[in-house]
Amino acid sequence: MSKVDLNRRNFLAKTSVALGGLVIAPGLMLFDFAHAKQPGEAASSSVRWGMLIDTNQCHDGCNECVSACSKENGWPEAKSPTDVQWIRKVELRQISTGRQTSLPMMCQHCAQPPCVDVCPTAASFKRADGIVLVDKHRCIGCRYCMMACPYKARSFVHEPVLDHDSDMPRGQGTVESCTMCVHRVDRGQQPACVEACAKAGHRVILFGDLNDPNSDISTRIRSVASTQLRADLGLDPGISFVGL
Amino acid sequence: MKLLRTTVLVIAMCLANLSLADLAVGGQLQPKLDIGKGGQCVEDPKFMRLNHMRLIIHQRDETVRRGIRGSKYSLAGCIDCHASTKNNSVLGSNENFCQGCHAYAAIRIDCFECHSSKRKIAPASASTEVSK
Repeated sequence: MSKVDLNRRNFLAKTSVALGGLVIAPGLMLFDFAHAKQPGEAASSSVRWGMLIDTNQCHDGCNECVSACSKENGWPEAKSPTDVQWIRKVELRQISTGRQTSLPMMCQHCAQPPCVDVCPTAASFKRADGIVLVDKHRCIGCRYCMMACPYKARSFVHEPVLDHDSDMPRGQGTVESCTMCVHRVDRGQQPACVEACAKAGHRVILFGDLNDPNSDISTRIRSVASTQLRADLGLDPGISFVGL
Repeated sequence: MKLLRTTVLVIAMCLANLSLADLAVGGQLQPKLDIGKGGQCVEDPKFMRLNHMRLIIHQRDETVRRGIRGSKYSLAGCIDCHASTKNNSVLGSNENFCQGCHAYAAIRIDCFECHSSKRKIAPASASTEVSK
């Protein structure tokens, strides 16, 4: 082996050890460094935020993601089905086999969102990084988007909101839905449901950049079979499910 | 006729008194505001009095639609400095910063239909009991 080759080998070995150290560091830290936006920086279309939900890991009766959502976005935990819920737990049962599945369900943040297509005031919009939102400054509360959404992810605020959270403005007469915790994502944090699920030790929801081939979520989507809900509609949801 | 003349005189005197009273306390006609923490504003106060709504309305679109955060101008910034040290809010009474001035100018504030009027983290002295 020539001297040059040896040096090259040493260099590669050292570099891979150094890179390995970075990868082994907690995932949250890596995410922070990679994606926290600088002040004044706009959301970029080079990123597409998405989630992969592993229904095999999701526990029947566990409600951590739903509670975390209400706590983060500022309303009391839902007691009746008509209370505010941007994310809800759905229990499925296959009639022929009796197989039961539990999964969290929320706005699917479609690449081709029908709610955006139908909005008469352009209040419903998709941010450059793929997060689908309602601009409540423009929403006139017509609820056309609620009718257009095949996932029934949106809801209307009927009552006056009295105790808002500073990070999440909500108002009577407007439509709302999961924002993928856009205020947290912009700070480089994970959405509240993802964090709560991991904290409860379940790790059902994996959040990340679908456009980055090296992100955890892209790697996992490449290696396991996953499905989008109602993929036949061609909306390309940002949320995929494993084990459905 | 005499009665009418007296009535007119009384009304005129009342009006005169009112305006005299107003003149007498001229300086106090402006709303008396609790400026909260106060300190150095992002722009000159005179400019802010006339233009704060333009700065905020521009920023709201930048933030909501393009995801640009951390600007010098923001509603959260207004609240952070001007929420009352008593109830941690810019609303609540005609002494509170936003409500006081808007009541004086007779202009409805729509911001707080959706936005919180309080600082996220209240200073220890403030009571957070007041709604909105």
